[in-house]
Amino acid sequence: MEIDPFILRLCIFILSIFIGYFVVWNVTPSLHTPLMSVTNAISSVIIVGAIIASFSSFNGSSISVSNILGFIATTLAAINIFGGFLVTQRMLQMYKKKEKKKDK
Amino acid sequence: MSVNLSSILFLITGILFILALRGLSSPETSRMGNFFGISGMLLAIVVSILSVDIFFTNLIYFLIALSIGGIIGGIIAFKISMTAMPQLVAGFHSLVGLAAVLVAVSAYYSPESFGLGNFQAIKTASIVEMGIGVSIGAITFTGSIIAFLKLQGLMSGSPITFPGQHYLNALLGTLIIFLIGYLISNQSTQIFWILIMASLAIGFLIIIPIGGADMPVVISMLNSYSGWAAAGIGFTLENTALIITGALVGSSGAILSYIMCKGMNRSFLNVILGGFGTDSSSSNTKEKTEQKPVKSGNAEDAAFLMKNASSVIIVPGYGMAVAQAQHVLREMVDRLKKNDVKVSYAIHPVAGRMPGHMNVLLAEANVPYDEVFELDDINNDFINTDVAYVVGANDVTNPVAKTDPKSPIFGMPILDVEKCKSILFVKRGMSPGYAGVDNELFYRDNTLMLFADAKKMTEDIVKYLD
Repeated sequence: MEIDPFILRLCIFILSIFIGYFVVWNVTPSLHTPLMSVTNAISSVIIVGAIIASFSSFNGSSISVSNILGFIATTLAAINIFGGFLVTQRMLQMYKKKEKKKDK
Repeated sequence: MSVNLSSILFLITGILFILALRGLSSPETSRMGNFFGISGMLLAIVVSILSVDIFFTNLIYFLIALSIGGIIGGIIAFKISMTAMPQLVAGFHSLVGLAAVLVAVSAYYSPESFGLGNFQAIKTASIVEMGIGVSIGAITFTGSIIAFLKLQGLMSGSPITFPGQHYLNALLGTLIIFLIGYLISNQSTQIFWILIMASLAIGFLIIIPIGGADMPVVISMLNSYSGWAAAGIGFTLENTALIITGALVGSSGAILSYIMCKGMNRSFLNVILGGFGTDSSSSNTKEKTEQKPVKSGNAEDAAFLMKNASSVIIVPGYGMAVAQAQHVLREMVDRLKKNDVKVSYAIHPVAGRMPGHMNVLLAEANVPYDEVFELDDINNDFINTDVAYVVGANDVTNPVAKTDPKSPIFGMPILDVEKCKSILFVKRGMSPGYAGVDNELFYRDNTLMLFADAKKMTEDIVKYLD
């Protein structure tokens, strides 16, 4: 008997929740805001679905509803990807340790 | 590209995202983590481009979408002030929600592009997953919009409630579950759109009764939802990268919500079901308190006290963010350090409007992160500290949380500011904090109230320190 592929995906899903659980508990509380912005950026991996939606069965002459929605979704996800990663980078660059040399 | 190869590459994307989160365990590794995140995203995009056969003829459209998004996202990322991070994150969540809805709708109308069957004859498992994905996406979308409007001040931050609210929500929730089940036997367009509309409505209704200071919970919860929405779409599209990422983000948001709830000693349900016990009790306490004597001082007194102290702990709260006082606060601390005063910062988990909000603001003002401490790490130090400088915080210092079981904030972990030799409270007036509870610290003998805007007062203190 073969395993339903859905069950395999469910396994991946459940195990990823556990990984997320342990990894996130290790995140230092002072970085919780960057954590939110970076999780926000990576959840824009939904762009994968948007790309398939906008360009599969798209032949230039007949544009379907799906193609248009996919195009909009790609744009929205792109805002999030660039905005999310850049703002995270900007924040992380501000976190500095005490530098004794500069004080003097 | 073969499906097997792309699946492996999507798995690598997932691993890179895990490393991105792993990096955030300390500020030193965090930048590397962000780099992993970016690489993962790049890989995911390239793989999906290569798996669409006729992609290259349409490359131009993809580049258009990417550049529009990139320019808007880039401008936002560089222009946004750190004080506005909560609303930015809320806004970004709404985009993820909307994108999830759009992808699901698009998959509903052209399931053949995704290999899910034909229009209105989608595989049973896929239509259920699609229903769940589109529903969570829609809830995330409207919920985040409301959160954004409240945080941005475009909508009143106070809870909006009306009779029968909970019944309406329960009804809509049941309807959504029913509709998702109904999609199995009837995939008609009407059912699908009613499902979307009901989900949009419930997202709106869930967030409007939640008040300003509960926003850290809301924003973490929406963070979690945006993850579950992505995972739902991942199941629909049978895409490993989306499933892994969705699970990571979903559990991350859930943990943050839990930490925030614990920081307020409230159950998650209690936050969702509406704001703090409203007016009647708080108006009573107000009348009582006006008769109690309060010592108020000016900047000169405060400067004198701090200059002659050997240690000072600064307790910032949302008021500091509103007044944008973090930069001048850092100046004040620099002066104090020159006078050999030991200074540290104490951050309560729910200070501000999102998890870690105060830490980012202090980092923006160049405060080294090793001078900033979490509640558990610093709470024992207050007893040996000469002066606590409370700027824009209130409820999180209120000892009533330990002493009065009737108080709405009873049991909330607080910063033990009361144990300091003297307390300086920067506040605009005597009004109680968000919870509507009067703070008995105001009336203590060792408390000096500094009635002013946080930034103005700190600036004045800096002048007297010179």
